[in-house]
Amino acid sequence: MAEIAIKKKRPKNLDLPSIRLPLPGILSILHRISGAVLFLLLPVLLWLFQQSLTSPETYAAAKAVTDGFLVKLILFGLIWLYMHHFCAGIRYLLLDLHKGVDLESARLSSKIVFAVSIALTLVVGVKVVC
Amino acid sequence: MLNRIVVGAGYGLKDWIAQRATALIMAVYTLILLVTLGALSPSSYEAWRAIFANGFMQFMTFLFFISLFYHVWIGMRDIWMDYVKPDGLRLMLEIATIAALVGYAGWAVKILWRL
Repeated sequence: MAEIAIKKKRPKNLDLPSIRLPLPGILSILHRISGAVLFLLLPVLLWLFQQSLTSPETYAAAKAVTDGFLVKLILFGLIWLYMHHFCAGIRYLLLDLHKGVDLESARLSSKIVFAVSIALTLVVGVKVVC
Repeated sequence: MLNRIVVGAGYGLKDWIAQRATALIMAVYTLILLVTLGALSPSSYEAWRAIFANGFMQFMTFLFFISLFYHVWIGMRDIWMDYVKPDGLRLMLEIATIAALVGYAGWAVKILWRL
């Protein structure tokens, strides 16, 4: 029975740009992208953390690095990636507990994730970066 | 129900739980750190260092790093499995990921234990 069901022809659309992802889909792919980017930048972040803690001189040097406008902008972006991953992750934990699995609440919760993660980014970013 | 042919002992449940347990630890740590930074507003090297030299924070930060590296391993392995089809290349990327993460764990110990 099951095998017959699987062999049934299913609609296939491999023209990816023609697919408009709904917000929960955008949240999902951003969760993956943010995780991957943060992984790739781990050595840079660990290095910054090390510099900030090693000595007053390296602390000042690290501060000087993060004083540039471009670096500040990048740090803001990274804080947003972290906050998005954090908020979307909490949403997934709730979905695991079968909280908000119907379509309407799933759409609403993805809007909340974007709103809260951007708000947190602004608060934390201004506090830490500026 | 699908008639699956079940072979081997790994069904991914352990990783599934580990991904969520490490996420919870990191989420709690994130909140602790944000509240600490919000309350103390460290603006000098001494104040910044004092936060992480504190025994509790040192323990929590180390726990955060270990959780992070395990969490990253499961996540990155999922990404390699999804997008990299040649077995040899995927294996190489997986080994490189493990090697990097083990190295980072040693690095994190070095950063935290010299405080």
